[in-house]
Parts: sequence; structure tokens; C-alpha cells
Amino acid sequence: MSASDVEAIRKQTRTYIGVFVTLMIMTILTVAVSYFHLPVAVAILIALIIASFKGSLVAAFFMHLSHERKVIYWLLLLTVVFFLALMFIPSLTQWNQRYVR
Amino acid sequence: MEIPYTVEARPDTGVPNAKLGIWLFLASEVMLFGALFSSYVLLRTGAAPGTWPHGRVFLNVPLATLNTIILIASSVTMVMSWASLKLNDFKKYRLYMGLTILAGFGFMIVKAFEYGHKFELGLFPKSNTFLAIYFTLTGLHGLHVLGGMIVNGYFVGPGAKLWRTQPERFTNRVEVAGLYWHFVDLVWIFLFPTLYLL
Amino acid sequence: MALVDERAAHGHAEAHHEELGFWRKYVFSQDHKVIGLQYGFTALTFLLFGFSLMMMMRWSIAYPNQPIPLIGKLLKASGGIIVPEFYNQLGAMHGTIMVFLGIVPLAVGAFGNYVVPLQIGAPDMAFPKLNMASYWAYFVGGVIMLGSFFAPGGAAQSGWTSYPPLSDIAPTGQTLWLFGMLALIISSVLGSMNFITTIVQLRAPGLTWMRLPFFVWAQFVTAFLLLLAFPALQAAAVLQMMDRLAGTSFFLPSGLVISGQQLAVAGGGSPLLWQHLFWFLAHPEVYVLILPAFGIVAEVIANNTRKPLWGYRSMVYAVTFLGFMSFIVWAHHMFMTGMGTVMSTFFQTTTMIISIPSVVILTALIISLWGASIRFTVPMLFALAFLPMFAIGGLTGLPLGLAPSDIHLHDTLYVIGHFHYVVAPGTIFAMFAGIYYWFPKITGRKMSSLLGHIHFWPSFLFINGIFFPMLIQGMAGVQRRLYDGGATYSHAQGVLHWNVFMSISAWCLGLSQIPFIINLFWSIWKGKKVDSNPWGATTLEWAAAPSPPIAHGNFVEVPTVVRGPYDYSLPGAAQDFTPQHQEA
Repeated sequence: MSASDVEAIRKQTRTYIGVFVTLMIMTILTVAVSYFHLPVAVAILIALIIASFKGSLVAAFFMHLSHERKVIYWLLLLTVVFFLALMFIPSLTQWNQRYVR
Repeated sequence: MEIPYTVEARPDTGVPNAKLGIWLFLASEVMLFGALFSSYVLLRTGAAPGTWPHGRVFLNVPLATLNTIILIASSVTMVMSWASLKLNDFKKYRLYMGLTILAGFGFMIVKAFEYGHKFELGLFPKSNTFLAIYFTLTGLHGLHVLGGMIVNGYFVGPGAKLWRTQPERFTNRVEVAGLYWHFVDLVWIFLFPTLYLL
Repeated sequence: MALVDERAAHGHAEAHHEELGFWRKYVFSQDHKVIGLQYGFTALTFLLFGFSLMMMMRWSIAYPNQPIPLIGKLLKASGGIIVPEFYNQLGAMHGTIMVFLGIVPLAVGAFGNYVVPLQIGAPDMAFPKLNMASYWAYFVGGVIMLGSFFAPGGAAQSGWTSYPPLSDIAPTGQTLWLFGMLALIISSVLGSMNFITTIVQLRAPGLTWMRLPFFVWAQFVTAFLLLLAFPALQAAAVLQMMDRLAGTSFFLPSGLVISGQQLAVAGGGSPLLWQHLFWFLAHPEVYVLILPAFGIVAEVIANNTRKPLWGYRSMVYAVTFLGFMSFIVWAHHMFMTGMGTVMSTFFQTTTMIISIPSVVILTALIISLWGASIRFTVPMLFALAFLPMFAIGGLTGLPLGLAPSDIHLHDTLYVIGHFHYVVAPGTIFAMFAGIYYWFPKITGRKMSSLLGHIHFWPSFLFINGIFFPMLIQGMAGVQRRLYDGGATYSHAQGVLHWNVFMSISAWCLGLSQIPFIINLFWSIWKGKKVDSNPWGATTLEWAAAPSPPIAHGNFVEVPTVVRGPYDYSLPGAAQDFTPQHQEA
């Protein structure tokens, strides 16, 4: 193992700690925001934004996705497209329906 | 009979087999949890206005925040265990992997406490739809944590023998196990606000 | 050629190698060929069982409430009569077994496992242990499914579609169905990881994507469908289990009254939630059923026309486009659930669009016959029959995919006729083609051509005898899942007479399979011995030894591919076929 490899890993290690601190801050933030009693739609949006940010940090740095190969990126893109279809389309089919007491 | 690209990457794709394999598995897991999140959306949007409880009504936000911190910390120790192997430091690897498993235990203990307290209060999955999806989502996630702990336990225990004979292959395996563990953390990062904070 | 001769002469090339014991070699094997055969025999057994269930159903339809001969002795409680509850079990399990325990394991588990590594020049699948785990998970799932017949209240009886609320309150057999599905889905997801990684990573040198046999492309796309769609049904199965075992109401709406009693549940659930999750899988699932069939038919047609496939590139684009589209058409199974016109239009549009790649593939296969030197071998008979049968199946799907016509046809026998045309004289004929075609590779012997003809011609006749009238009955409005074939409905009276004709066709179809079963087993030991490439084919699997050895790798030396998959009748070549790894 060359000295530059060792240095590269040590630098990565410093990044991991930095990411950890950021994730902690975002966690405190998201909990704090939930105590503000915002309207539901706004609360959901903010929570999702913060969660997505945290998630992308985990994915990019801990899962090394920031330096991955194209084949993995394409697979994930395909998955995200179908994930979004599954998440939203079923509710869209009931868009025009109201709860009837 | 050797299967090619089990350790070294295939030149044109740039990945070894197991790395592609684990990402494929994680893709299927995205769809699994996605289906459950989709169920949550359908059930919540279909509920009578004002009947869907805010998470804090039934759930313990401080405990879950603690669990979030535990799990994120375990992701750090997991990636540090892999980095230690890259730096040829087996002792450090053992330490970090051990901490990861310990964090897993911590998570499950907090979870057991959460669940137990609910059962004491007579709150079960069948009590209402919110609790039903809460127990199902966190239960399935918990099973995934357990599975990860077993795999990690194998790699810090009997599986660690491979380090002596094929260190690169062992390091790859730990990286692959790490990808799974980070994914489990990632799911929780979305689960936590969805169930507890909204 | 060098790949074969050395193998025969030297046995195996490894420096040191211990022979595996019986159990590790033939039972708990990690060799893709053994696993492929395990899948194959298990799947064929399930297909036979599922077929038998259908033959019983057809008795009830043709002669409702009359004691069924022979088997009636086992139905003591009802005096030998197939009662509606039992008919429902037969129906639900026929569908489940044929789709999940029969065709997918045969098409993907058996053909995929055996042929794909050989066709790409690989020593095995990327993850041999995982492959073994996939097979045994399938086996366990199958045992649970069969065991459900012995549960109190009988097997699952809410259709293969298991719609709640009915399935939520159904007897224990339904819970076993759910557990069975859990195991089967795990098997498929693990298997699909294996297929994708194998095809991406283990292609031999020179085997670029556009030189892949179409069969491999079909399996590749199929694997993605299994990987990304099955988890939705897994989630749904977990939710239904929670409803049945933990008393939740994921699929039970508030205020549900059953037999005059309000259900003592929290309510707040949605039966439509199940339908969305189920069909999110089940639509891609039907493409899982057809894509390997396209692949097999393509191989057999190329080989028996002695010319390259017409439109290979278009077929590749079509099959990948088809795979993608299959994820966004699922609610065409739900047109009658009250969705608004916007979403209905969306799904009608995507459904119409998805018919295009199928037509492209079918057209390319048909045009491939033009100017060809056709050899009417037994595999080719089945492959040729596939074409018009799939055409009928596909065309009859169009009015179902358009909401206005679906209003009339939904849940009628027309739907059953449509999908059986695609799956029975479609996929299953392609499976037969594959068995006759690859039998020499697996065993080193050929199946009897005479018995093959005796199998094919009556099968072709009788299968149309079952399903063509079914389309007519469906258009008359006869609903599906009626144990008496519609006898009590006035609108069915004019088409009831077809039932006896169809049932007799079904039983004759059953008899027509006997020559096949005899042929299959007889030929394993007594079939005419052949060399490694009796069909004169170009793809890599024919360069491996006849009946490649177990657990010793498939090729003595890794082949290098220098040409496309179907270099038949190359101008100037010595033979009318040039194998993929052969230099000019």
C-alpha cells in the first residue's frame, strides 16, 4: 500500500467524520422543525427535503456513490423512476375522490 | 473452476461481481420499502380529514431521535471498519465492526422498549391504521437491522478467517456488507420523519 | 471444435480436484446445469399438477353438480361433486401454480439457468451458492403451496389475484398461500440478481451486447422485471398477513359488514391498495411469462431458417422498451375501480404504446421466415405455431386495454381466453420448443421426432378447441370463475353448449401430452446419440461438450467471440452456419 493510498484513505476518514457531524445537525434540525406546528403540506415538504439531503450524504459518502461506475448509476436511475411511479401513481388514481362519511 | 471478477473488477464495467450484486439487491429493497411507503401515502390520503394522528400522539420522538443518532453513528463505524481494512489494520477493523454490531444491539433494545411500552398501553397494530403501518414499517426495518447484525457478526467472527488468506476478497465482502448496512440506515432516515414527525 | 475435443479426451483440466459426493453433486448442487434441471423437473411436475386441477375444473363447468369420475372417490364429503368452494380452490391454485410454480421457474429458472451461462461462454452463474438458495427457496414455496390443500377450509380460494376483503377473511389456506409467495418471491429476486450480474459481468471476450443471442437479451430484461416488480407483491403479502394474523385493516374499509355482521376491526383500509400493489407486480409478471418464450422462439427460428434473424437490432430495442413500459401499465387491470378519466387515459395510452414493441418482435420473427430454407423439425413446429397463437393472444388484449370495451369484457371468459392464448399455445409451446431444441445439449441424445409430431399436432388442435370458444363465450358476457360455466345466467344460455366441447378438448389435450412424457424419459436413456451440435447452430452453448460435465466448468478454454449470434448461410463459408467463436 503506497503512502498516497494511505493518505487518500485518511482524507476520506476525515470526510466521514464531517458527514457524521452534518447528519447530526440535520437530525436535530428536522426534529426541531416538527415542533413548529406547520401546515401539513409544508411540514411534509421540509421533512422530505431534509431527509433527502441526509440520505444523499449517506449515499454519496458512506456508500461511495459519488465515485461509482456508470452501470451502478444507470441501475439506480431506473430504480428511482419506478420507485416514483409506485409512490405517486396509486394516489393519483384517487385524486378526485373524497372521503364520504 | 474460477468465476472471473469475484475479486478484481471487470475492465469495461469497472466493478467486481459482488458490488453489482449488492446494488441490484438494494434496488429491490428500494422497491420493497417503496411499496410500503406508497401504502402509507394511500392510507393517509384516503383517511378522513383530521383522523390521521400526528406521530407524536402515539410515538416516542426523543427515543426515536436517539435511535436515529445510534444508527447514523453505526454507519460511520461501519465505513471506518472498511477503511481500516484498506489501511491493513485488522485490529481497528475488529473494533469498528464490533462497535457497529453494538450499535445495532442498541437500536434493537430501544426498539424493544418502544414496542413493549406500546403493548403495555394496549396499543397494537390492530388498534388503528396508523399504528398498523407504523408497526409494519418499523418491524420490517427492524428485521433488516437484525439481518445486518447477523451478517456483520459473521464477518467479525468466523468469516474473518478469510483476511489471512485473501485480504482483498475479504475487504470487498466487508464493503458489500457495509453497503447493505448503510442502506438500512438510509431507510430509517426516511422512516423516522415520516412516522414520528409528521 | 477445439473446445469439445480436448474436453472429451482429457476429462477435466484443473490441476487438483476432488469429486463431489452424491448429495453435493446432484441435490445441493451449485452447478447451474444441475440447478437448471432441478428447476426444470420440479416446474414440469407443477405444470402437470396445475393442468390436472384445470381438467377437474372443466368437469364442473361441463357437467356441474355431477359426481366426477375416479377422483370423485376422494371427494367423499360432497359425494364426488365439485362444490363451488372447492371449484374456487381449484381455480385459485391452478392460476397460482401455473404462473408461479410452473412457467416462471421453467422459463427463467430452468432454461435461463441452463442455457444463459453456456450461451455467454461463462463457467457458471456469478453467484453459484445464491443460485442453489434460489432453487431451494422455490422448492419450499412450492411445498407450502401444495400443503395448503390440506389446511382446514382448503387451499387459497380467492383467485390467484387474492383480492381483499375476501382474501382477508378466507380460510387458513390463504395464509399458507401468502407464506408460499414470500418464499417464491425471495427465490425470484435472488435469482434475478444472479442473472443480471452474470450477463453483465461474465460475457466471454468479444461478446459485446449486440452480439448476444436474443434469448440472453430476453432473460436480461426479464430479470429486471422480477427484481424491481416482485418486491411490491412481497410488501402486499406482508400487509395481507398482518390483516389476517395481526388483525390490522390495511385492506379493510371502515364499516364493512359481512353476513350481516359488522367486522370488529379498526377499518380505514383500502381494498384498492392491494390491487395497486398486486398489479404493480402482476403486470410485469405477464411479460416475465412471455419474454423468455420470445427468446426461445427467436433461437429456434434462426436455427431452422438457416439465416440470420431479421431485425435483430429492432428486436433488442423493442424488448428493452417493452420491459420499461411494463412498469407503467398496471392499472389497465383496474379500469372498473372508479379511477378518474385522466388516470384511465394515462393507462390506456401506455397500454396501447406497449403493444408496439410486441408487434415489432412478432413481425421481425415472421419476416425472418421470408426466403428461408425452413427445416420443419419438432422445435420449429412449436416455434412456428407460437407466432399466430401469440398474435391472437395479443390482438385480443387490445379491447381489454381500452376502457370503453373493457367495461363489457372485464371479468368475463374473454379475459381468460385472451391470456391463455398468450400463455398456453404461446409460452408453453415455446417451452416445448426449447425442450426439444436443447435436449441434445443437456443429454447428448435427441428426442424422437415421431413422438414429437404425435405430441404437437393434437396439442395444437385441442388447445384451440379450448380457448377459441372461450373468447366467444366471453363476448356473450359469461363471467369468469363460475363453477357451473354460467349455467344459471340467461345471457349465457346461447353459448353454454360450448362448455362440453371445450372440456373434451381439454381432456384430449391432456392425453396428447402423454407422448411427450414418454418421449422425454425414454430419450434420456434410449434417444439417438448425437454430437455437440446436432442442429448446426451458431450460438456458444453448442460449442460446449454434449451434456457438459457437472461442477467442472463448461468450456476447456474460454471462447472468444468474433461475430454476431446468427451467422447462418454466410456467403463463401464452407457450411451453412458459422459458430460465434469461429474465425472466418
